[in-house]
Amino acid sequence: MAAPTTLPSALADAVRDESSLRRFLHGLPGVDQVGVEQRAAGLGTRSIKKASKLHAIDLAISMVDLTTLEGADTHGKVRSLAAKAKRPDPERPDVPQVAAVCVYPDMVKTAADDLVGTGINVASVATAFPSGRSTMDIKLADTRFAVEQGASEVDMVIDRGAFLSGRYGQVFEEIVKIKEACGDAHLKVILETGELVTYDNVRRASWLALLAGGDFIKTSTGKVQPAATLPVTHVMLQAVRDWKQQTGELRGVKPAGGIRTTKDAIKYLVAVHEVAGPEWLDPHLFRFGASTLLNDLLMQRRTQLDGHYSGPDYVTVD
Amino acid sequence: MWEYAPAPESRDIANLKPAYKMFVDGKFVEGTGEPLKTINPATEEVLAEVSTASESDVDTAVKAARKAYDRVWSKMPGSERAKYIYRIARQIQERGRELAVLESLDNGKPIKESRDTDIPTAASHFFYHAGWADKLGYAGYGPDPKPLGVAGQVIPWNFPLLMAAWKIAPALACGNTVVLKPAETTPLTALVLADIIQQCDLPPGVVNIIPGAGDVGAALVGHADVNKVAFTGSTDVGKVIQGQLAGTNKKLTLELGGKAANIVFDDAPLDQAVEGIVNGIFFNQGHVCCAGSRLLVQESIADELIEKLHARVSTLRVGDPLDKNTDVGAINSREQLTKIQELTASGEAEGATRWTSSCPLPDKGFFFAPTVFSGVSQAMRIAREEIFGPVLSVLTFRTPEEAVAKANNTPYGLSAGIWTEKGSRILWMAQRMRAGVVWSNTFNRFDPTAPFGGYQESGFGREGGRTGLEAYLDV
Repeated sequence: MAAPTTLPSALADAVRDESSLRRFLHGLPGVDQVGVEQRAAGLGTRSIKKASKLHAIDLAISMVDLTTLEGADTHGKVRSLAAKAKRPDPERPDVPQVAAVCVYPDMVKTAADDLVGTGINVASVATAFPSGRSTMDIKLADTRFAVEQGASEVDMVIDRGAFLSGRYGQVFEEIVKIKEACGDAHLKVILETGELVTYDNVRRASWLALLAGGDFIKTSTGKVQPAATLPVTHVMLQAVRDWKQQTGELRGVKPAGGIRTTKDAIKYLVAVHEVAGPEWLDPHLFRFGASTLLNDLLMQRRTQLDGHYSGPDYVTVD
Repeated sequence: MWEYAPAPESRDIANLKPAYKMFVDGKFVEGTGEPLKTINPATEEVLAEVSTASESDVDTAVKAARKAYDRVWSKMPGSERAKYIYRIARQIQERGRELAVLESLDNGKPIKESRDTDIPTAASHFFYHAGWADKLGYAGYGPDPKPLGVAGQVIPWNFPLLMAAWKIAPALACGNTVVLKPAETTPLTALVLADIIQQCDLPPGVVNIIPGAGDVGAALVGHADVNKVAFTGSTDVGKVIQGQLAGTNKKLTLELGGKAANIVFDDAPLDQAVEGIVNGIFFNQGHVCCAGSRLLVQESIADELIEKLHARVSTLRVGDPLDKNTDVGAINSREQLTKIQELTASGEAEGATRWTSSCPLPDKGFFFAPTVFSGVSQAMRIAREEIFGPVLSVLTFRTPEEAVAKANNTPYGLSAGIWTEKGSRILWMAQRMRAGVVWSNTFNRFDPTAPFGGYQESGFGREGGRTGLEAYLDV
């Protein structure tokens, strides 16, 4: 198996062959379910007020991957999403842009054309999203098409069937190949934690994706319940923190699905701040995969600045 | 950098009064002892003046309790007693915010702990024991177990309201009446509890609360008409009380100090073990008798664990107890702060490696930054003596046998923690721990259904659960 980057010797050994990889993943410290849920709930009680809240709202806006992944998507809808991404609150030009617009591969060109020169990334799901059930050739073709169309970020799904049946080498190889097919595009690896079920699995899948060269590890497709949860995100933040500890490299985390309110988003930012560390409070290293979250952030931002709540009719519904 | 703005809970919620009186025979009355001033340990300002009991006030309170016992409480059916106790539980919930803020003001503990642990757990102790009041015949102490009479109870300053609940709830459920002395530095929430008890129309004299210093406690436990003594506090005072009671027919339970071992094996869930270690020693500023003050870590993971621990402890926010984001509040008194400073100095002098969090500390008040000593040996004072502060001593072991030997090598025996993913090892270890409470893969969990208590110099008798009823029944 080919290690994608130059890894420290302990980690290079882990990806030498399938059995080494298996030994490494199964040798990771376990995750105690009660403990991680208790810690997530405890950190969730942080009270973020005033200037720190406004800062968090702007930071969260700049971390949003504004997403539409529906069968009924139209080019018009993608264009209006791109417009929203550039100026989330049209009456308030000081609102930061979002990090990226996330669409299906056939919509990438539409989004990319509208976002030229804005600095906003176009992310595309690929690899037979959301199930990942197809052949490797098709997954690679899917990825190449997205990149050719102008995607600067690719959100791939792992083969959960292979992972759950213990074929870690296969999952690893897939990620390595997709990463190659991405070229310069950033790769986010969707673990679909709702199908992995246990925190031990989430930790193993996180390390597997990091070893294979994923730039981000992402919780969910948004098509499976439960999608992102705080404790799952804690486990993934611990993985990127420990990865940096061992390699010096910074990798990102993206919770996606089910984060709808400012209150929720701030709980995630607190977790980023206190579990991974302040340097992850950066759109290059933390993203929210969301569609409805942005409007709640905008409404809360207005509330903070205006001193009163103005309601959903004052933000655009796209 | 993202700084959290201050998020203080309003102190007005505490409904603080300039003066508090003692509660005897259903009324708030001036004590004839020298009044004491209770301070806010986070600012050193005086919060209120509290009247204290003299020896004759102790006598009055015990007489009131005796009268209430003979005439009302011992004769009342359990189902009726239960109604009063349920009412108290609901009132504690009802006034939860007021009690939480007052507790944090008077004690120095962070509001998130008084709000999320102390007050809800206090209420749950009343709820739990209310349920027992009419079912004592099924508790395993015979078909119709009898109460003991008047209980004299002396409690510490680390969990002022919660300890009052631990003491009062089972006593009332079993049909006893109570004279309780709160700690000298933290009398306020017990007196609000007295207000709740008055509003619940508890018959006069069933519960009496008399603030004061150690002399009041001594007079109370030594009073000839007290049938049962329950004390939570230091081992030194516990020994004096046991001596004082020798030769009398008073029933005694003692819940004293501890020097608990938190034992982490190499297969432990490390991130959660770090949380458990932090919770074990920095919860309530380490003012916890069952605190996991000795970390025993398997040598093969010691460096990794200590590194993770330092990183985690650095994120603890020390400061204003009323700020909702504060993790570690104020040390309860100057006296306690001095004791912690003295013991940590001894740790350095004896050659342990000191690491202290670089977190900022407030200018005023009694604060102590979280501290971890590594390279500690069993012979050092910081490994043997109870520090009762945010100071952790780290020792290593190689084999499970060595872990058992080191964990048990203490005159105390209150609690222990075992961290491993291997279930069989948890059971093997738990059987060998000489500790009243053994937690596995968690620490500092309190529940009214679980008996709590220690042995050796950590005391005897149990509080909570079915077992805890025995202390208040004539069995």
